[in-house]
Amino acid sequence: MDETTSYPPIEPSNFDLIVIGTGLPESIIASAASAAGKTVLHLDPNPFYGTHYSSLPLIDLITFLQSQSQSESQFQATQTSDDYASVPIVDRPLYSAVEINSYSSEPIDNSRKFNLDLAGPRVFLCSDSMIDLILKTGINQYMEFKSVDASFMGDAEGKLKNVPDSRSAIFKDRGFSLTEKNQLMKFFKLVQGHFGNENEGDKISEQDLESPFTKFLTKMGLSQKLKSIIFYAIVLANSDQENLEECKDIITTKSGMSRLAIYHSSIGRFPNANGAIIYPIYGQGELPQAFCRRAAVKGCIYVLRMPIVALLKDKDDGTYKGVKLVSGQELFSPKLILAPSFTIPSTLPPAAGLANSHDAFSVAKEKVARGICIAKTSINSEVANCLVFFPPRSLYPEQITSVRVLQLSGNVAVCPSGMFVTYLSAICDNAEEGRKLLSVAIKVLFSVPISGNS
Amino acid sequence: MHGRPRKAPTQEEQKASSLKAAKLRELQSQVLHFHHNKIYTKEAIELSAKLLESNPEHYTFDSETIQSILDEELRVVENALKKNFKSYGAWHHRKWVLSKGHSSTDKELKLLGKFQKLDSRNFHAWNYRRFITALKKIPDEEELQYTTNMIYDNFSNYSAWHNRSVLLSKLLDKQEKGYQDKENVLGEEYEFVRNALFTDPDDQSGWFYHLWLLDQTLKREPLFLSSWPPHGSNLYISHDGYLNGQQALPVLHFQSKVKNSSTVTVECEHHAGGDLNWTPLSANKCGFSPAWLTCLTFPDEVHSLEACPVTLSVAHFPGITSSSGMPCSQTCHVYFTVSATSGDQEHSEVQTVQISWNKENFKACATESQEENLLKSLCKLEIRKENKPTTPKWSIEAVSNEIAHCQELLSSTDCKIGKLTLARLLMARVTLISYGSPDGETGVHYEDILALYHDLMKMDPRHLCYYEDEYSLVLLKQVTSNMGSLLKHCCQYRESSSPNAKPYSCLRLNGLSLSRFGSMEHLLWVQMLDLSHNKLRSVEGLEPLQLLSCLKLSNNRICNFTALEPLKMLKSLQVLDISNNEIGAHTIDTRRYLCSSPLTHAVGFEKFTDGDDVECKNHWEAYLLFKDLNLLQLEIVGNAVVDEQFKAFLAKLMPALKWLDGEKCH
Repeated sequence: MDETTSYPPIEPSNFDLIVIGTGLPESIIASAASAAGKTVLHLDPNPFYGTHYSSLPLIDLITFLQSQSQSESQFQATQTSDDYASVPIVDRPLYSAVEINSYSSEPIDNSRKFNLDLAGPRVFLCSDSMIDLILKTGINQYMEFKSVDASFMGDAEGKLKNVPDSRSAIFKDRGFSLTEKNQLMKFFKLVQGHFGNENEGDKISEQDLESPFTKFLTKMGLSQKLKSIIFYAIVLANSDQENLEECKDIITTKSGMSRLAIYHSSIGRFPNANGAIIYPIYGQGELPQAFCRRAAVKGCIYVLRMPIVALLKDKDDGTYKGVKLVSGQELFSPKLILAPSFTIPSTLPPAAGLANSHDAFSVAKEKVARGICIAKTSINSEVANCLVFFPPRSLYPEQITSVRVLQLSGNVAVCPSGMFVTYLSAICDNAEEGRKLLSVAIKVLFSVPISGNS
Repeated sequence: MHGRPRKAPTQEEQKASSLKAAKLRELQSQVLHFHHNKIYTKEAIELSAKLLESNPEHYTFDSETIQSILDEELRVVENALKKNFKSYGAWHHRKWVLSKGHSSTDKELKLLGKFQKLDSRNFHAWNYRRFITALKKIPDEEELQYTTNMIYDNFSNYSAWHNRSVLLSKLLDKQEKGYQDKENVLGEEYEFVRNALFTDPDDQSGWFYHLWLLDQTLKREPLFLSSWPPHGSNLYISHDGYLNGQQALPVLHFQSKVKNSSTVTVECEHHAGGDLNWTPLSANKCGFSPAWLTCLTFPDEVHSLEACPVTLSVAHFPGITSSSGMPCSQTCHVYFTVSATSGDQEHSEVQTVQISWNKENFKACATESQEENLLKSLCKLEIRKENKPTTPKWSIEAVSNEIAHCQELLSSTDCKIGKLTLARLLMARVTLISYGSPDGETGVHYEDILALYHDLMKMDPRHLCYYEDEYSLVLLKQVTSNMGSLLKHCCQYRESSSPNAKPYSCLRLNGLSLSRFGSMEHLLWVQMLDLSHNKLRSVEGLEPLQLLSCLKLSNNRICNFTALEPLKMLKSLQVLDISNNEIGAHTIDTRRYLCSSPLTHAVGFEKFTDGDDVECKNHWEAYLLFKDLNLLQLEIVGNAVVDEQFKAFLAKLMPALKWLDGEKCH
């Protein structure tokens, strides 16, 4: 195939900003820059929006995952032009290990009815700053949300217990003693009092704010059970907060309190949302797409299916000047945003003027294990969309991070009606540990495997 | 919509609202024009509809549109309600339209759902809901489930809890399936509301429901408690003295306020007064009273009556019912004898010496004294009772269970309404046990209850008066709970300067911080009562003490004469001390509502509209009170109202008065 004909030329060839990759951060930047009146070119080699933030049909997801295992990306032959040095860029794999099991052909037959999050999912607290941004930019006209009906705490026996996260949930709950209810509500009120500006006496002392949250909760007389709920289902801690020596992300009282406050202000922020948490209909891929639409309205130029082979660098001062497309066309801009899904081979020095939003990504030691299960029954017959939290040590004694589970149903248009998509995620050090975490959780949740795709 | 601060309107808002008001006025005058000229054309209806939609508070115009199509009416009301869903007129009109049989009730329920979503506590909507469900004959049980759901949604909802209590009362009354067993139903409700109480003890709506439950647990028939003269006693009457002539005045005292329609039978052969009428001894006019009085008259010619037997039978009659409609079902008989002591000259003289309340005149009750025997008979209440009801075990258990939970809650939360509830529960337990517990359970801790009220007074000074009242009731209950404690306050008074005068049976309750009376059933015998140095604002509750002839109320907080109105019922009262109170100290008296019969103009007001006695008009309150009292002695010094002119007025008003503030006057 003649490359130059299949890739149309782009006019003009000079921009204020070129953004490569249509993931969420890139889309937000493109939208902001266009709104500020800059000329922006937004490129993506993929045929879909969202890069790693997209939601894909089942078959596309499988294709993507399979490409991950083999993609030891090949260097494109780089031709040097006269004025600029060419710096090749390559795709960075998202997953280091992939495993796919299929028990039924039914899901794959309905492939197009799925919108599965590539690297997600992301639920939102109603008071999250992202929601504020969505409302501020007005992109809520392009997307809709649905509330996640319930949150549960899971245990090794597969029993799901309600998370009493609000006043009425505490009242309704039957699993806690009256004293525990009293203590929990009192603590919630304490949080409100701390952030309310009525009374100085309600504020928590500076010393307490700097101490680990677990110590403060104990000081407030909360039982182990209640602490666990606050940590893993409300404050969303990753690792074991009770084990202060080995915990990697000790939550201080200050940050714990502010996370609690965001959670509480989320409840009832939107009258048609049941709880604190919402999820976009058609999957999280809607979000970058909505920002892209917003950018396009403001004049940003979009070109999908356009691989970029290299960045152009000034030979003299080493500053970034432009990009070279697969078509051979060269485009110029003083600024470039490169999605973290691309990388510059480490042997080559990065160009100045180039921003790679996740430099820390390459040195991150922790990995996230993700699992996607497709099932025909809900893990809890009473709800369609729900969250489940397995706190550290709840599945097996060596479990040091919490496993989070999100089940979504056909009513958020991520799967055919009558099926349920369950996402699992956990932080782990390596693929083996991750596999164990997820497989134990899956076993507990789906004690009778009906059909799964992990 | 409660508890939200009101913002001051901005200038534009004020402008807009004045514009709106001008428009409304124009509309209004047009509509009134049609109304006065009786023009009920289509145009007129449309215009009035327009007015109602913008301002639903115009009820006058609603009835005018009777001829209009009812569906159109419903639409108008709906739009009007959208504007202001708390308009009485609009809701009322909707009911009227509906009672004409229009619109489907399903549609109405849907509409209600909308309004209740907007404000789930809107009592108009709840009220209308009850109307619709009655119309649609929705079973109460289904509605009960609806309240459950609303409460689950947000339990700070008085309206929902209230509706729940209404529905449960109906279900329990009708003994519907699953509701025959009051014990179980109430038990589940206690459990339900307990979750709310523990979750948020500071929210009052749950506590109010809890109070209703407690009321249901305690609800039982009124009990006959005591009588004067007591059972088995012998009453001496004389031609004079403290009992007026040849009369015996028996008093019956019940546990709670009752209505009495003359179903007490009296057997007495010498009675010469015709039919016996029972009079309620209560200053309020609603006909309910805990104490009732009648009058036995003996013919004058019987000069020496020897042990004439009298039997009062409070039998199983529906005539005695409590204010909650429970009839008294027990049967009891009071038997006593009446003897007339004629010619006993010693007592024939009218009181000749001032009562001085001096220490040396009081004598502690000697053991084995007449008083002690009297008290013994009173305290034991040895009234012959048949089928005496006992408290069902479950209600004591339910209350004890609630006490335990309340204590558990208070151990971790400092909450005033919780403390108040605990105090009420402890008191309820006392009441239940006093009925006669099946296990003979005892262990009453008055001290704990008093301590709770003491705490509450400090914690919540805004409701100080209420706590003081409750404290007083508990204290009086404690004092009268047994012989020993009551005897400490009893003594005999005999004026030392006239050793021949008849001694008075005296009760001294001075300096106890009392602000209210109770437990009168144990005190029917009192002739002389010292209530000085308390916190009394009114004397309501003293009415059953028909033998009382000397009352000392000095150094209290009585601030007007109307507060003393109940004294008119004390037929034997001769000596009154109201010195050092606050009468006349408050020009604008906001505490007047504490008096049960404030400003009953019906009584003898015409008297001083005829004559133009200036003093009567100036002191009409004092006039209304003292003209009906037969006082011999009055101490009134130390009140703001008192001056020489006022004292002269009093002396003129009461010709029988012998001493006024220690000075001889007639």
